[in-house]
Amino acid sequence: MTETAPTRTLVIERDIPHPQEKIWRALTQSPLIDEWLMKNDFQPTVGHRFKFRSTPVPGWDGVIACEVLLVEPNSRLSYSWGTMGMVSMVAWTLTPTKDGTHVRMEQTGFRSEQDAAYKGATYGWTKFIGNLERVAGGLD
Amino acid sequence: MQVAQAIADNLFKALSDPTRRAIFEHLARDGEQTVHALTDRAGVSQPAVSKHLGILKHAKLVRDRREGRETHYRAQPQSLAPLVDWMNIYGAFWRDRFDQLENLLKRMDQ
Repeated sequence: MTETAPTRTLVIERDIPHPQEKIWRALTQSPLIDEWLMKNDFQPTVGHRFKFRSTPVPGWDGVIACEVLLVEPNSRLSYSWGTMGMVSMVAWTLTPTKDGTHVRMEQTGFRSEQDAAYKGATYGWTKFIGNLERVAGGLD
Repeated sequence: MQVAQAIADNLFKALSDPTRRAIFEHLARDGEQTVHALTDRAGVSQPAVSKHLGILKHAKLVRDRREGRETHYRAQPQSLAPLVDWMNIYGAFWRDRFDQLENLLKRMDQ
């Protein structure tokens, strides 16, 4: 458990037909963040510590402790994302396009080692148990 | 590595049956239950439930303890560890949240 496994990055990108400024509001105004992500006490100020709160599930209290790392209005936002002993970083990049905005979300800091997987196991697994079925279906 | 593979295969087999998955999810969500209580919920006979519990126990997905004439079962979700990885979990999580973000944007002014 002590060796350091390489970290991995999750990237999700989507073209959204809305202007950058509007998406920025949804990403940075606490009541709006509530509506699509989680309950929070976010403020768009570098160094601000805040929490996302989700419904607890067995083995997880539903709390994600964060700190704002970067705020560039209408274009870049990032915060740390700490839960169950694992800290990762979430970075948002908004780029204008012809019809709206290209939204890129990058989460870095995943380790492939066993203890990270162990902690991951208890998070929201009931919701994604369907994935297991899919994988299991491909076993035989 | 082969040991890890064998453990994962066991887990997949244990979770490949919808009744077993339902029993496991029920235990993980609601905590310890007796075989009787599980049978009431499962919609299959008690011997069938006991057999499913035996397979889940073999995969270390549940633990049992005797108390008087009843056997109580509880979930061990940490046994899912070999199957779970952060990339998958967060991948599904963020895709779902992106959908919700787009829904919100449609409702917002301008």
